[in-house]
Amino acid sequence: MAFELKNATLTPEDFKLDGPVKWCPGCGGHAVLSAIMKVLPETGIKKENVVFVSGIGCSSRFPYYINTYGFHGLHGRAFSIASGIKLANPKLSVWVVTGDGDSMAIGGNHFIHILRRNINVNILLFNNKIYGLTKGQYSPTTPKGSVTKSSPDGTIENPFLPGELAMGAQGTFYARTVDNDLQMMKEVFIEAARHKGTSLVEILENCVIFNNKVHEEITSKELREDNQIYLQHGKPMIFGKNRDKGLIQVGSKFVVVKIGENGVTKDDILVHNAHNADDVRAYMLSRMMLPDYPVAMGVIRSWQSEVYESVLYSQIRNARKNGGPKNVDQLLRSGNTFKL
Amino acid sequence: MKKNTRVVELDEVVVKFAGDSGDGIQLTGSQFSDTSAFIGNDLATFPDYPAEIRAPQGTIAGVSGFQVHIGHKEVKTPGDQADVLVAMNPAALRANLKWLKKGATIIVDVDNFDNKHYKKAGYVEDPLHDGSLEGYTVIKAPITNLTNSTVRVFGLDARTADKTKNQFVSGMLFWLFNRELKIGEEYLKDRFHGKDELIKANIAVLHAGYNYAETIDAIATTFQVPPAKKGKGLFRNINGNVAAAWGLLAAAEKSGRPLFLGSYPITPATEILQELAKMKHLNAITFQAEDEIAGITSAIGASFAGRLGATSTSGPGLALKSEAIGLAVITELPLVVIDVQRGGPSTGLPTKTEQSDLLQALYGRHGECPCVVLAASTPANCFDYAYMAAKLAMEHMTPVILLSDGYLANGSELWKIPSVKNLPAITPPLVKDNDASYQPYNRNPENLARYWAFPGQEGLRHRIGGLEKADVTGEVSYDPFNHEIMTQTRSEKVQRIAHFIPHQQLTGKETGDLLVVGWGGTYGALVSAVKDLQQQGKKISLAQFNYINPLPINTEEIFSKFRKIIVCELNMGQFAAYLRSKLPQYNYLQYNKVQGLPFFISELKQKFNIILEEK
Repeated sequence: MAFELKNATLTPEDFKLDGPVKWCPGCGGHAVLSAIMKVLPETGIKKENVVFVSGIGCSSRFPYYINTYGFHGLHGRAFSIASGIKLANPKLSVWVVTGDGDSMAIGGNHFIHILRRNINVNILLFNNKIYGLTKGQYSPTTPKGSVTKSSPDGTIENPFLPGELAMGAQGTFYARTVDNDLQMMKEVFIEAARHKGTSLVEILENCVIFNNKVHEEITSKELREDNQIYLQHGKPMIFGKNRDKGLIQVGSKFVVVKIGENGVTKDDILVHNAHNADDVRAYMLSRMMLPDYPVAMGVIRSWQSEVYESVLYSQIRNARKNGGPKNVDQLLRSGNTFKL
Repeated sequence: MKKNTRVVELDEVVVKFAGDSGDGIQLTGSQFSDTSAFIGNDLATFPDYPAEIRAPQGTIAGVSGFQVHIGHKEVKTPGDQADVLVAMNPAALRANLKWLKKGATIIVDVDNFDNKHYKKAGYVEDPLHDGSLEGYTVIKAPITNLTNSTVRVFGLDARTADKTKNQFVSGMLFWLFNRELKIGEEYLKDRFHGKDELIKANIAVLHAGYNYAETIDAIATTFQVPPAKKGKGLFRNINGNVAAAWGLLAAAEKSGRPLFLGSYPITPATEILQELAKMKHLNAITFQAEDEIAGITSAIGASFAGRLGATSTSGPGLALKSEAIGLAVITELPLVVIDVQRGGPSTGLPTKTEQSDLLQALYGRHGECPCVVLAASTPANCFDYAYMAAKLAMEHMTPVILLSDGYLANGSELWKIPSVKNLPAITPPLVKDNDASYQPYNRNPENLARYWAFPGQEGLRHRIGGLEKADVTGEVSYDPFNHEIMTQTRSEKVQRIAHFIPHQQLTGKETGDLLVVGWGGTYGALVSAVKDLQQQGKKISLAQFNYINPLPINTEEIFSKFRKIIVCELNMGQFAAYLRSKLPQYNYLQYNKVQGLPFFISELKQKFNIILEEK
């Protein structure tokens, strides 16, 4: 998808901040930061109206590295801080930066509730499947059986898939991208910014120190075309080095087929509809895992539904129009009063 | 006018209504207090309801109560003991008998005093016939039966018809207290506005109760409580939760920073959330969060974005919010936290009152984490202290914890309605767009408050958060000396607030034998006890604290002029411990109570007398 660069009056320079970015060299965070700086000018949003909010963890240092308004909050609570900011002033473009520990563990409750409310906030979930800032414990997204500092004999827990949780929480926008594909990140971020409602973008991020190459099978140059499927609304779900593999649905399951084999033609391949009100396919797409399926990338779901603060502010406007005390003096004198 | 009865004029009367939680006790109580206010009595009320919504009918656990104290003289508490008890069933009688004055009048619904009911209440024999009510004036009224025969003509369903029986009680009380039925009718028309059948039925029952009381010979004495000398003006009956909610609204209006309340339902604070949820026409936003933490953190977010952020809770919720209060302390954002205290620890006594969150409010956070702590002391002044909490929070850029309690929250009193223009000004330290000199942790040298710039403002982009900040610039800083400077500054900022709050007031002379020290919601009982003893010539005064941290600057001066000091509180001695750490040169006696109940005036007077007599 092409960008509309003509409206951009700002440049990435406008969002640059003096001072060092303190992520490890090779950390996926650098690439995400750079993609965001390129995307923000293209959203056309005034720089004063951009707010980055974060929780705790490596990813959550993000607000200190970008010249916007920023709030570095509490572990897991960025979603509710961001909700307060957005409801207080809906004109703001509010971004939450979070990690897999921050959002899926300690912030799990707030995560599902912001999605269910559909407050117009963009969430960038850096999923490196490990606790980095505390130096290498397993997180809720760490693959089962992984040996980490806190699971010397392998984890016993089934990992969360953020997309799966997002669908369960009635999320209206879910996209997945990877930290080594700048173009894909930019396209996905701008779609997230445009979506009205809570946008969840999961970024498969590499932690060079504690979980290096955890996403290698998905992101490496050699494998990515066969192991990723980049979904675009209205386009057939085709992938592979030779663009000859695709998805069809048989019964309640997707099946990977090869175009030209067993009579399968391009027309048999499913066309991606990100805007479907029904989220069953989005749920299935978000759950696709290697080795049976390619991993779904791009905007998996983008459904326009009622936005929390739009309804809230229309209730406020109606209340202000429809009478009731106009100020506190009138309020104090309303109802039962007694003149003595 | 009234045959065979004599009318006795009284200075004050305490009436207790008690029945099953579905009996409409709260409604009858409110109606009685509103009509009392209408005829000019001073009043205080206190509802007393079980933690369960509908506990088993007819059992002690299911008894719901509502106490009203009305007066020709000034009324400061709902009263220790009742002059009149309305008991809708044997359980209500049994649960309340010990809170009755000698010779009190008891009205019972005799229809509920059968074998089954008195056994359910734990009586072995019928209490109406076993002699246990000797010395009381007992009026045995067939309330249920007479109500049913009155409302039959209105064709109400059985449940609705049964609910009107509280109006039979009201009618009897209107007669007992020589009141005009018209006032009660107006109340019902207002209460059931738009439901004409219900209004008619209730009014009919009200009359039936009145006529019944007039007809029977059982009532030899009726009462009249003449209007109080409250001064002229417009008054309303208000409880602490509504007053606190309105105080926040007033502060929002005065400061120009609209209100955002992030909150999670919790007894006994929920009404603050509910009350403010109705206030969208005043541009107030309420956000019912998924938990206590989201409640406060959403409020912090709203504050960062330029609204007056507030959250309301009770003890267990305050515990959950403590990390976030620390965030507000280090980001130096305005935030009001209202803690309506209840019996603890843990779930404790959710519907009962206590003052046991004081130390949690003062110290219950990690790190060096100073907070301003205020306490309201009457239902109505929850308005003033919520207003002050918001004023201090915004002008000094700090979280402020306001302590209320279950007694203030649910209790009500007659309140002289203030004018917003007479409330003190609130001037938050706002920043003009594009102010090139703005730095996030630059401070007003006078009160050490940083300046409040928010997203959306041009030329003021900045980042704050929970990591330690460099003085002035607000950059992240791990510098050891900077941390010490910032820690001291945060502490000093809160301590300097002592210069921006009123002096501590005294009830009574500035010197004496005994200084009674209280704080928060115990004011009514303490001031009543102290004034009674003062009238007897005792050299006793009261200092009731509303400003806890920092303490008013004249606190030491006050303490130094009394021979003895006793600190009275509904906990094990938390304020006393705090005073010992702040002003260790004095000896603090203690009077403590942790029964989930307010102080009684009688127990206080007894204790003070003992101390006054000791050498």
